[in-house]
Amino acid sequence: MMLLAAFDFDWHAFFFMFFALLTCGFALAVLFTSNIVRMAFYLILSLGASAGLFFLAGAEFVGAMQLMIYVGGTLVLLIFGVMLTAQSRFVTMKTSSGEWVMALVLGGALLFLLLTAAFRVGDWRTGHPNPANVGLAESKTTTQIGMGFTGVRVDKLDAPEGSTLVSGMSGYLLPFVIVSVHLLVVLVGAAYMARTKRRASSAGVGA
Amino acid sequence: MIEPQILIILVKVVIVIGGLMTAAAYFVLLERRMAAWVQDRVGPNRVGAPLSQLNKSWKDLRLFGLGQPAADGVKFILKEEYTPAHVDKRLFVLAPISILVAALATFAVIPFGSVLPNGLFWDEPIDMAVSSGAGVGMLVVFALSSIAVYGVILGGWASNNKYSFLGALRSSAQLIAYELPLGLGILGVILATGSLDLDKIIAAQAETGWWFAFTQPLGFFVFFVAAFAEAARLPFDLPECEQELIGGYHTEYAGIKLLLFLVAEFLHMIAASFLIVMLFFGGWHFWFITGSEANPGWVHAILRIAVLMTKIFVVILFFMLVRWSWPRFRFDQLMAFAWKVMLPLGLINFVAIAVIDQVKTMSGDSIPGIDLMCAVAAWGVCIAAWVVISFAGPLVADNLPRLDLDPFDVDSQI
Repeated sequence: MMLLAAFDFDWHAFFFMFFALLTCGFALAVLFTSNIVRMAFYLILSLGASAGLFFLAGAEFVGAMQLMIYVGGTLVLLIFGVMLTAQSRFVTMKTSSGEWVMALVLGGALLFLLLTAAFRVGDWRTGHPNPANVGLAESKTTTQIGMGFTGVRVDKLDAPEGSTLVSGMSGYLLPFVIVSVHLLVVLVGAAYMARTKRRASSAGVGA
Repeated sequence: MIEPQILIILVKVVIVIGGLMTAAAYFVLLERRMAAWVQDRVGPNRVGAPLSQLNKSWKDLRLFGLGQPAADGVKFILKEEYTPAHVDKRLFVLAPISILVAALATFAVIPFGSVLPNGLFWDEPIDMAVSSGAGVGMLVVFALSSIAVYGVILGGWASNNKYSFLGALRSSAQLIAYELPLGLGILGVILATGSLDLDKIIAAQAETGWWFAFTQPLGFFVFFVAAFAEAARLPFDLPECEQELIGGYHTEYAGIKLLLFLVAEFLHMIAASFLIVMLFFGGWHFWFITGSEANPGWVHAILRIAVLMTKIFVVILFFMLVRWSWPRFRFDQLMAFAWKVMLPLGLINFVAIAVIDQVKTMSGDSIPGIDLMCAVAAWGVCIAAWVVISFAGPLVADNLPRLDLDPFDVDSQI
């Protein structure tokens, strides 16, 4: 009977707590380690666990993107940078007390802001809903996200025919294009900066 | 009461993990036999059932060396669990674990067949992927494969050894560089299917009977080569190349931790074969045998699993054959190949597929034989792009030293 009762368990809440604890725990580990590479590794685990939270909430696309962009992309570069620029093998970071105070003030302010915002959500204060009635968000298709980027207001599809949208809020096409052009410029600039420089003498001959 | 759905998922997990581990062990044996065959040796053919250990008068059974994987595994596990004194202990232990976890997690969204029809004790068809209905399966595979690089980087860094560190640096550069052509090769498939769901990608090929390897040859070549590089197999095994780096990132590892690295490597190869087969060779589809309906009967369902496994086996055999027939790239060739050959080819493929797909959509069914014409056009683009790149690609294909060039000229071309 014990075994059977165990399967009535609220697994959703269990996994939420599990991933949330992992995220917070490794975030704290980032804070309290002085070894940079370990820090980066804990950051990977923390971000990976938050991707788990996204998967749990049914936002598979966001979860996969979190893994791909932050865990698979940004942090590789971070580790790369640390490993290539480190002067000695196992780099440790000494944090001065001034930096601690600064970080506490900044972090505390952000935490306060987030907590007040979070506890304003009404659902938090009402009773615990029956898990059987809670429908997970369905995001089995990424079509809507793609449509949104090409300028379709997917949230206004039910709007009556002929109703005009507020000017300047007609979709995400313009921001999307601006961001992509911006990224392209950054990439071209980075490639230009990183290319091999010719020596002065050979440049004189070659040019 | 245990919900049957949870039970089914647990069974699937057990089958996948158990199957993969066994497969990895036996692929090691296959690889060794294959190496022996290529090099005109006999290979490991002795370990079978050691019956003489039980009774002196019995003879040992050799069984073609089928006991070798078990012997290898036992050897690895019983070896001294040695951790050198100069390593970063925590990351040294975590690196092989993380690479194996990422490699295994990939298989959660990869289907191992089509669906099983309802029968026995379940009342709706069973999807053959562990995490069925992950609509963004392709993205998840991608995301997890980009995590694999951490095991290598951290393992190499934590080893505190020059060879390991070099291996880790090479590997990170290689894996990041080849992720781009990998993605570009897949983009054409996603464009033609309109879905990131692996099931739908296979179904799209099964319905038309045109595997994407035929309709998108350029994308297939780009993906195939990039998949070799991502799996770090020869000719792309620069992260470990035994002759230069003595094993690279796993030089300092021994015992069970080394085993984790090696198993993860084989899992990468198996995952790459799965992706190659599912994206470009129709997955479980084979003409006239498997049918293409969404809810097959038992015969078709089992045939589909058999077809998929056979295809994957063939691709893995090809992986192994390549390993023993191709010399390793130099690092500059590797990078030039990624950025100057694979990337342009991938972009050309993407544009060509977009145009061809658009023409196909606009013509609809009005032109007879449009599928064949599109495939021919795609092959034309493939050959043209290949010729152009092979004339334009500098210092990529030849192994000769260019003594006439200033070192800085060579450098600026790399």
